[in-house]
Amino acid sequence: MTTAQTAHLPGAPGHEAHGGPGGHDMGEIQAFGFWIYLMSDLIVFSALFATYVVMAHNYAGGPTPKDLFELPAVLVETMLLLTSSAAYGLAMVAMHKGDLRSVRLGLVAAFALGLGFLVMELAEFQHFIGIGAGPDRSGFLSAFFTLVGTHGLHVTFGLLWIVVMLAQLSSKGLTAPVKGRLTRLGMFWHFLDIVWIGVFTVVYLLGVVQ
Amino acid sequence: MFGKLTLAAVPYHDPIVMGAVVGSLLGALAVLGLITYLKKWPYLWCEWLTSVDHKKIGIMYIILSLIMLLRGFSDAIMMRAQQAMAVGASPGFLPPDHFNQVFSAHGTIMILFMAMPFLSGLMNIVVPQQIGARDVAFPFLNAVSLWLSVAGALLVMVSLGVGEFSKAGWSGYTPLTELAYSPDTGVDYWLWSIQISGVGTLLTGINFLVTIIKMRAPGMTLMRMPLFTWTALLTNILIIFAFPMLTAALLMLSLDRYLGMHFFTNDLGGNTMMYINLFWTWGHPEVYIVILPAFGIYSEVVATFSRKRIFGYTSLVYATAVIMFLSFAVWAHHFFTMGTSANVNIFFGISTMVIAIPTGVKVFNWLFTMYKGRVRMTTPMLWTIGFLTTFVLGGLTGVLMSIPPADYVLHNSLFLIAHFHNMLIPGTLFGFLAGFAYWFPKATGFKLDETWGKRSFWCWLIGFYMSFVPLYVLGFMGMPRRMQHYDNPAWQLPLIIAAVGTLIIAAGIGCMLMQLFVSFMNRKANADTTGDPWDGRTLEWATASPPAVYNFAVIPEVRDIDAFWDMKERGVAYERPERYEDIVMPKNSWHGFVLGVVAFVFGFAVIWHIWWLAAVTTLGMIAVVTARGCADDLFMVIPAKEVARIEDARVRPALHGAAR
Repeated sequence: MTTAQTAHLPGAPGHEAHGGPGGHDMGEIQAFGFWIYLMSDLIVFSALFATYVVMAHNYAGGPTPKDLFELPAVLVETMLLLTSSAAYGLAMVAMHKGDLRSVRLGLVAAFALGLGFLVMELAEFQHFIGIGAGPDRSGFLSAFFTLVGTHGLHVTFGLLWIVVMLAQLSSKGLTAPVKGRLTRLGMFWHFLDIVWIGVFTVVYLLGVVQ
Repeated sequence: MFGKLTLAAVPYHDPIVMGAVVGSLLGALAVLGLITYLKKWPYLWCEWLTSVDHKKIGIMYIILSLIMLLRGFSDAIMMRAQQAMAVGASPGFLPPDHFNQVFSAHGTIMILFMAMPFLSGLMNIVVPQQIGARDVAFPFLNAVSLWLSVAGALLVMVSLGVGEFSKAGWSGYTPLTELAYSPDTGVDYWLWSIQISGVGTLLTGINFLVTIIKMRAPGMTLMRMPLFTWTALLTNILIIFAFPMLTAALLMLSLDRYLGMHFFTNDLGGNTMMYINLFWTWGHPEVYIVILPAFGIYSEVVATFSRKRIFGYTSLVYATAVIMFLSFAVWAHHFFTMGTSANVNIFFGISTMVIAIPTGVKVFNWLFTMYKGRVRMTTPMLWTIGFLTTFVLGGLTGVLMSIPPADYVLHNSLFLIAHFHNMLIPGTLFGFLAGFAYWFPKATGFKLDETWGKRSFWCWLIGFYMSFVPLYVLGFMGMPRRMQHYDNPAWQLPLIIAAVGTLIIAAGIGCMLMQLFVSFMNRKANADTTGDPWDGRTLEWATASPPAVYNFAVIPEVRDIDAFWDMKERGVAYERPERYEDIVMPKNSWHGFVLGVVAFVFGFAVIWHIWWLAAVTTLGMIAVVTARGCADDLFMVIPAKEVARIEDARVRPALHGAAR
């Protein structure tokens, strides 16, 4: 959260660098607001997790986690997402140094790795549906597809956001508002990691172990 | 091309529905025609539809809420009329199909499209001013919230004339709402209208939480915040915790309906009770979301009109916080009959009873505030006293039903209906109406007519008792809720009394409309030139009525719980600064309104399975959000000279007290 302090009021006149309406630090307020949003999003995920846990054994005679999950592939997926986050972290370090080229490089790397994650996830979904283990097969699979898919949808929006930020970097450079947006995108991107750790543990590991 | 939508979706054959449709359309056309005739479109666009000013957004929220109150109440009249006549051989005038839609729409509208917008509206108008701020933390997001709420409400209204609304009750229990039992679009209207407006509500919650935490005037510590702000803060925390649960539950139900999943179906591993658990983990906090701010309003009103500091400020704050926490631990009392173990039921039964303690604390706080105060019997005060007596009755019946064995007898009976209306009408609605009368001069610059306001109150109060006491009795007589027709003639007399009570409430609503009309016509005579018409105690009365766009030319310094009262006592309330400074304010933006329109079309498209339109509008929403997300030039500067001009033009007596 220390990075939040670098984000100034977007578009505010120069003589009032830290003053939003009423002299408040808008950068800090925006980071705090975004943080609260992430927490509310976490509650959506917690509802999906809770539902998954309740329905984890409702196979309805269909495939079970042991029949479906391939842990090595999921490990690769996990590594892709985590390295994507690491690349994003490096981009943020470059941002604080004002090194525009490295920021771009870091974002492109984060995007590519994130896309790799998404492609693997979609391939897994396609495979499951192909062998008759789609979301309409059983309560367990409905909960699985919805929990993992909601995370995947978030990753998709994150990728879209990275593209938008790359475009903004090209047209605007590292202005204060752009830095603020990069900070919040970073919060979002790392947040998705944390949710994925939960998915990896609760869905995949516990699914295969039991 | 048009998905499931055909001309057959319009219910031409039903005179009641078509009457309502034609009436609504004529009303809308009349308003649009009047705007065109008066050439007010540019004004409407520049000053209102694109506005990010929290006061204007608040006013628009309350207009939405009052329109939806009329719609929800006409549903109520129809239900009462139907039940008053549909005994034995008489089928009444509403077929079961239509009756079920009416009670589903009534609940959905009153909770989500009347109470919630009313709450958002009052918070918008009051909270930034109470904490001495110039705006909310995210003014643009605020506009998005408003227009998403409007989009949701509009979908409910459209369901009247295109297709039909849900027939499965406002809570949409599964498996009845699953495709197998509700194949038509009614449930989809219910789903998407709530889902879209729910996103707006969540954004409001985040916005106001951040506003209250981060934007208070210097000196306003948490324990110096006005009580309405305190209750708004706790309500927003509840919104942030609870609404995502609803979003998730409705998402899963949508996936069942749209993609054939099995979350809440009877077959293939679905779990119908999971929905009911998820729904009420939102649903019970929701009750407190709408009632806590009303408690805040009563606290403000009772202190102002007793001309005393609120009794036991600290205990009121803690009581509210305790209610907030407990509200998450009682959800299962909505379905004791589910058949969980006795231990689970008794846990939820006891936690429900415990809520009566902090609520009781509050009641005593309000009573002791009035004790030895100089009580002025204004309309807001009447609503408050009406609330105190009636609400205690409702609370007692709630404690009665919190006992699981008693609930087994009373579950799904009219006793329950009487109980929660007894909480929500005197609790929430009276509070919002008190707040409406209390802050009306602040928002508009003129007071509401007292005579018509008092008439409205008495009609509401008497009408309420006549409508709902018979329902308590009917509950004990064994009448279940949601009956379109019954065979027990003993139920008819109480139902006729209840119907008459509803007509008295209708007269109360008529008085409210009359009050608005009369007050508007006499707005010059009722003008509030001081900004402080009630001799108020909190900071919102330090601004002009209506306030300048920036609320405070100079941000006040807070030294006391009753910040403005303290300023008046020290004689600094109306002090002019030596010089004014430039003020930075957010610029208007079209994005919020357009986003609302696109979201509405999106909702309509997915309800009718018009997939190409759903895809286009999804891209449209992403485009609008991206366009806004890339915009940098969001603020404007009001020069000090302009501020000085606005402040000098303010008609205001120099010293406290000169106004009276």
